[in-house]
Amino acid sequence: MNNLDASTPGAPPRHAIDIVNASLKRRYARESRFRLVGLIAVILGLAFVVLLFADIVSKGYTAFQQTYIRLPIALTLEGIDPAGTPDAQALANADYMAPIKAALRQTFPEVTERRELRLLNSMVSVGAADLLREQVMDNPSLIGTTQEIWVLADDDIDMLVKGTIDRDIAQGDRRVKDDMLGWVDRLEKQGRIEKRFNTIFFTHGTSREPELAGIAGALMGSFYTLLLTLALSFPIGVGAALYLEEFAPKNRWTDLIEVNINNLAAVPSIVFGLLGLAVFIGFFGIPRSTPLVAALVMTLMTLPTIIIASRVSLKSVPPSIREAALGVGASPLQTQFHHVLPLALPGMLTGAIIGMARALGESAPLLMIGMIAFIVDVPGGFTDPATVLPVQIYLWADSPERGFVERTSAAIMVLLAFLFLMNLAAVLLRRKFERRW
Amino acid sequence: MNKTLIATAVLLAAGSLSTQAMARDTINIVGSSTVFPFSTAVAETFGRTMGFKTPKVESTGTGGGMKLFCAGVGVDHPDITNASRRMKASEFENCQKAGAKEITEVKIGFDGIAIANSKKAPQLDLTLKDIFLALAKDVPDASGKFVPNPNKTWKDVNSDLPDAKIEVLGPPPTSGTRDAFVELAMEGGCNSIPEIKALKKSDEKMHKAVCGGIREDGAYIEAGENDNLIVQKLASNKNALGIFGYSFLDQNTDKVQGSKIDGVEPTYETISDGSYPVSRSIYFYVKNAHVGTIPGIKQFVAEFTSDKAWGPEGYLADKGLISLPDAERASVAKSAQALEPMSKPE
Repeated sequence: MNNLDASTPGAPPRHAIDIVNASLKRRYARESRFRLVGLIAVILGLAFVVLLFADIVSKGYTAFQQTYIRLPIALTLEGIDPAGTPDAQALANADYMAPIKAALRQTFPEVTERRELRLLNSMVSVGAADLLREQVMDNPSLIGTTQEIWVLADDDIDMLVKGTIDRDIAQGDRRVKDDMLGWVDRLEKQGRIEKRFNTIFFTHGTSREPELAGIAGALMGSFYTLLLTLALSFPIGVGAALYLEEFAPKNRWTDLIEVNINNLAAVPSIVFGLLGLAVFIGFFGIPRSTPLVAALVMTLMTLPTIIIASRVSLKSVPPSIREAALGVGASPLQTQFHHVLPLALPGMLTGAIIGMARALGESAPLLMIGMIAFIVDVPGGFTDPATVLPVQIYLWADSPERGFVERTSAAIMVLLAFLFLMNLAAVLLRRKFERRW
Repeated sequence: MNKTLIATAVLLAAGSLSTQAMARDTINIVGSSTVFPFSTAVAETFGRTMGFKTPKVESTGTGGGMKLFCAGVGVDHPDITNASRRMKASEFENCQKAGAKEITEVKIGFDGIAIANSKKAPQLDLTLKDIFLALAKDVPDASGKFVPNPNKTWKDVNSDLPDAKIEVLGPPPTSGTRDAFVELAMEGGCNSIPEIKALKKSDEKMHKAVCGGIREDGAYIEAGENDNLIVQKLASNKNALGIFGYSFLDQNTDKVQGSKIDGVEPTYETISDGSYPVSRSIYFYVKNAHVGTIPGIKQFVAEFTSDKAWGPEGYLADKGLISLPDAERASVAKSAQALEPMSKPE
């Protein structure tokens, strides 16, 4: 120490605390910088999420409402006697567009020219007749009477009422012509136009007409796919985890399997689609575009996730439980099924739900197995042609009609709602059943 | 919990498999994404009005559709494939080999490809040569040597055009629209340059590479397969041009305008009579062997080729289809409804 002082005369004596004190400011600054950067990262992340949600919601919320036009419809159907009891077949085959068109003509008696009449008729959706048919079939006593009925408006009218179509630009550049604007204004003044809750969106399959397009088909497709995926992947996944964790000998083979399972969890999902195409469709001949084949592919995809989650939750069960069970004379199988598995199940379920949520949002592997398809009928089983929600969103986003823009966003909202619910279920399950030792 | 799950799974699987009959009662359609909007519209109307199940329409791309279609005969294979070009001879041979001997070809109409910009900007009047010079990867310089495309603004391409940066949003190479654009616009444009035209005789490979190469220096922006996205981007950037199908132009005339090409604006009439240069024919193909086995194929063809569907006033015109001229439409409808098999394409 003395030597040091002597060699640098005038220098202050250096103590550890001085070094610390000198660097303290810098270290505090570094810490607050790091905190700031972290905070900015969180705020940025949240801001993007909020932006994304705001964009989707602002574009999509209008789709939950649909424009209807109230028309006084005289339900005199050609070939059907209002006095007698009409048989169902005749009722189903009757022309329901004719009374709607007649009602439109009656509401706008000044329209007589053929081209104008076509324009007038195009204000009503092509599906309006089918909806009227359903109403009449439900209540045949309507026949012969004149009823004020809300009929479905065409998507162009819907867009106009919702304000998506700009009235100020030149007529030639607008999809809704000036005549229609006048008619819509008149109907609005008479209280004959109303936006009502869009039940069609939740009860119908897809359609090429935006006003008739619904997500029921895709929702049922997703439901069947997920149900079967869960039914297949959960038992297999739990079984594999149980065997690997509790029964399998620890040797090079089981190590290899473990490494492979971990690798499979990171394989891009499209690869599973290709595998599904080659094996399930090509080799086993399972029909394309069905929930069955989709579920098999999704099972392959979610299995690694479930196996890994299940093994982790098996590991977290304390060995004392096993030892106690074995000690009182339970067989290894009884030990596992009566004591270990029930304690590990909440963690396994959480893993399964997160795997299912991933499967719900997945579309890439389904490209390969024919799910990018236009399917109107709502699927009623595992072997009916079906699409799933993400694919439906993709298909709508690709449709030229303006009305599909809001429906795309609305479908995204529904998908997000389901994903949110599933993740919430996973969190709640974990909260409720998780045990800490 | 576990046991019930397994039990229900087994039960459900068994139940659904047993109901799955060997025969199929829905028509399966595959093929081009360009024809998809029309095919689906017909499928929906067919399902709604004719009392058959609504056909399943898959969007696989023309090539993918041909592959599936020509893979064989039987319920596992599609009945109809849509195409945005004619069937190739090699594809026809594959079909023959697989047992699908008789195939009916139905030309549906035309699809135009629009080059459009925002309504807020002035309408452009381009020639095919301008398009080639603006978008080609390599262009000949003054001495006839090929150099990487030096043109930065439209004025560099043609002094009549505005002094704006070349910025074109278009589909990626995987898209059928891109193929058609290259074939119709780029090749048409490059053949109007004598040096390149001469190349076709001397070095065909080189000719193809020059005509088909689209620049990758940022002037051509691959905007993804989604044409709606391109329209939205054009609306917000008035300097940009976009390349997409005519049906999207038709649906968005309040936001975007089609550029004139060789003096012709893309409209229903100009594409129908063939004066608009960037348009192509679209088709669907029917496997005759399936008629009678799968219910409704004949009726589906009849619905597609009825005037209320594909006529100039029909519902497909509302979806952006450009009809065939009256005489051709009538003759195609007749041979289609009679399911006359096609001969081998060249």
